[in-house]
Amino acid sequence: MRIELEKRPKISTLFSILSPFIALILTIIAGAIMFMLLGKNPLDALYSFFVEPLLEVWSLHELAIKAAPLILIAVGLSVCYRSNNWNIGAEGQFIMGAIAGSILPVVFYEWHSPLVLPLMLLMGMLGGALYAGIPAFLKAHLNTNEILTSLMLVYVAQLFLDWLVRGPWRNPDGMNFPETRTFAAEAILPELLSSGRTHWGFVFAILAAILVWFMMRYTLKGLEISVLGQSERAGRFAGFSSRKMIWFSMMLSGACAGLAGIAEVSGAIQQLRPVISPGYGFTAIIVAFLGRLNPLGIIAAGLVLALTYLGGEAAQLSIGVSEKVTRVFQGLLLFFVLSCDTLIHYKIRVIWSKLGGTAVDGGH
Amino acid sequence: MPVEGEAANRPLLAVGNLTKLFGTFAACSGINLDIRPGEIHALLGENGAGKSTLVKMLFGVLSPSSGQILWQGQPVQIPSPSAARKLGIGMVFQHFCLFEALTVAENIALSMDPGVSLANIAEEAKRLSVSYGLPLDPNAHVADLSVGERQRIEIVRALLQNPKLIILDEPTSVLTPQEADRLFETLAKLKAEGRSVLYISHRLEEVQRICDRATVLRHGKVTGACDPRLETPASLARMMVGSDVAHVSAAGTDLKGDVQLEVRHLTAAARTPFAVSLKDVCLKVRAGEVLAIAGVAGNGQGELFDALSGEYPVPDPDAIHVRQKPAGNLGITARRLMGAGFVPEERHGHAAVPALSLSDNLVLARCQSDRKAFIGGGFIGIIRQQAVKRAAKRISEVMDVRKSSDNPAAGSLSGGNLQKFIVGRELDRQPTVLVVNQPTWGVDAGAASRIRQSLVDLAKSGSAVLVISQDLDEIFEVATEIAVISEGRLSEAYPAATLSREKIGLLMGGMDNQADAARETSHAH
Repeated sequence: MRIELEKRPKISTLFSILSPFIALILTIIAGAIMFMLLGKNPLDALYSFFVEPLLEVWSLHELAIKAAPLILIAVGLSVCYRSNNWNIGAEGQFIMGAIAGSILPVVFYEWHSPLVLPLMLLMGMLGGALYAGIPAFLKAHLNTNEILTSLMLVYVAQLFLDWLVRGPWRNPDGMNFPETRTFAAEAILPELLSSGRTHWGFVFAILAAILVWFMMRYTLKGLEISVLGQSERAGRFAGFSSRKMIWFSMMLSGACAGLAGIAEVSGAIQQLRPVISPGYGFTAIIVAFLGRLNPLGIIAAGLVLALTYLGGEAAQLSIGVSEKVTRVFQGLLLFFVLSCDTLIHYKIRVIWSKLGGTAVDGGH
Repeated sequence: MPVEGEAANRPLLAVGNLTKLFGTFAACSGINLDIRPGEIHALLGENGAGKSTLVKMLFGVLSPSSGQILWQGQPVQIPSPSAARKLGIGMVFQHFCLFEALTVAENIALSMDPGVSLANIAEEAKRLSVSYGLPLDPNAHVADLSVGERQRIEIVRALLQNPKLIILDEPTSVLTPQEADRLFETLAKLKAEGRSVLYISHRLEEVQRICDRATVLRHGKVTGACDPRLETPASLARMMVGSDVAHVSAAGTDLKGDVQLEVRHLTAAARTPFAVSLKDVCLKVRAGEVLAIAGVAGNGQGELFDALSGEYPVPDPDAIHVRQKPAGNLGITARRLMGAGFVPEERHGHAAVPALSLSDNLVLARCQSDRKAFIGGGFIGIIRQQAVKRAAKRISEVMDVRKSSDNPAAGSLSGGNLQKFIVGRELDRQPTVLVVNQPTWGVDAGAASRIRQSLVDLAKSGSAVLVISQDLDEIFEVATEIAVISEGRLSEAYPAATLSREKIGLLMGGMDNQADAARETSHAH
């Protein structure tokens, strides 16, 4: 018996819709097996991981808070990935956006004005975009691999933040804790509803998703992104510049990640700390692919991945497994999403019979 | 290998009812074919007729869905190319499988059993190449060799296995007429030794010249088996195409207008180590003219197209003039706005993006030249889908593009239909200058004649048309002037009526130039 992949004559629409769902189901099955091996009742564990967090209003707010940066970053990444630019460094752009946006409330903390918040958001976007501009420059002009450079710049950003909050930006009244000043009231992103902590970051995420969806579907820029992503040669024939596209897509996704960064800091944490992200920038890569690089799909995928963060915390409390299971689930999900995508282009065929090489030797 | 009596009549290879399904599509259906010892057997058919699928099954690259293969009367299964080689089947592919950075001997060694020393291989290859009249230096790097020489490597590689049957897939499509003659001599030698040759081609003339028998395929079925020498080219073509092909009425316009496209001493360095540099190319195309550029593949055609289209502009503005204005340093968009249109060689991934719809592919080429009609919404740049779809429909109707749905993905169209759309996309603008590279490469005969006629008609209506082509039949059908490109140099243009195939062949080999001739003979040093 052997298993063959047979290329479909054309891509299967059925499986391009089904593939994320199959991936989800396979993830849950693999998760159940993992819990079983850990000696837990798989049904209880899955319940506390995936269902419990959805049963209370405050945890729904937490879900939105965690989903917002994931969606915002993933929407920017989807433009990158569709144009064949592989920005892996959204985590770093998120941090740099947060740092740039925090200049006003940390350094100029005595300036009080309603302009502070909008300026912070703009500076956050700018910070993220400029930081993504480094790999963009390296790729566009020196032909450097953007996967490596953008990834390595994540560690630079993380250590830079660490140095800032322990050194020059440390709160003088903070008893030597590695933290900045807490932000003044006008530097804090307001809450959306009176019932919980969800802040305006979630609105930014949904808005960004809708705008990018519109761009991809209706505008010439969207066509340019698809064409250059699928064939640089055809893009050149159309008169599109792949070099400009590197800049555009990297800076756009950097700006999205930067906005997510400053929104997270200003809305949820309200000061800078050595660690401000539980890996949103990396998880957003999974979100982007689970959402099939479609901004509307990404909204749904962002909520699913946000649930894995909450589920990890919940599972730690109620059944006593490490919150590292979050990472395991995220990894499983990405793995299954990418492998299920094979079904869109290929059919699986199991061949039971022989067709071995024996006959040939006989004929010779 | 003397063949006598009954053995001579027993086929070396017989194929019974062989079928290959891809999903529900039958690439080959119920094929019957037999090849006798010591014959040159032609497999004729248009692109997409199933020739390649059939020989891939014979060579073990694909496994048949049903049917049987008999080798010297014994039923066999051929699971892999190495099994085919063990049986005694050798194959020379149309697209060579050679590593350019390695030497001839190293390339040959890659297909041999491990453990044979490189020196032995080189010596054996040398001996074979001499005895079959295929001069070849085993220590030369493949990158330095001409296409004809590369083909010799493939042939010698096949001969080293001492095969009883050699399959040649479209071998002359990359050769000059003179190189082809040399190949035919080699084939005659192989035949005299009692080896069989399965010769795949769609060139009727050469099939009639060298083949003993022919099997004709169309749409995956055998439509005829005959002795090609007893047929006429027209009757063979009918078997291949299924109907008579419309004849392209020659250009023959007397109107010769102003020069619309001019190239003056265009020189461009090769962009990659294996590309060809353009050397002092000069040409003029007047309104009403079709200038055809003949040449063997890989002699700078692609590079010339890139420079003419502005995909890779050159620093000197005066090197290229479009409608008498300097354009050498301008990009493709600016040249389109000056009234030029372009059709590149590669349909998938250059002229069109296969996964995108026809209407998106229309926007691809015309988003700037027809910005007013196709793009709205100011700086946001919203595509006017309705207008684009209407235009795509109009083009499909004019060019008779057959498609499965209203606005399908470009990749779902057959090569001929997509090519008709891509050519129609430019004609729809009535460009003053049209540059086309390999207009009917891999296109069925019906679509090819439709495309050629439309190029001629465009010239008649007063545009300047430049056609780059490897197909001499096509060139004689459409051209009013002919020039030949060889190693990045362009010959003078001659009126089409004054040129013969032989003269073009000499120009292709660079033989009009003594220095080049000397170089050619010293190539195998």
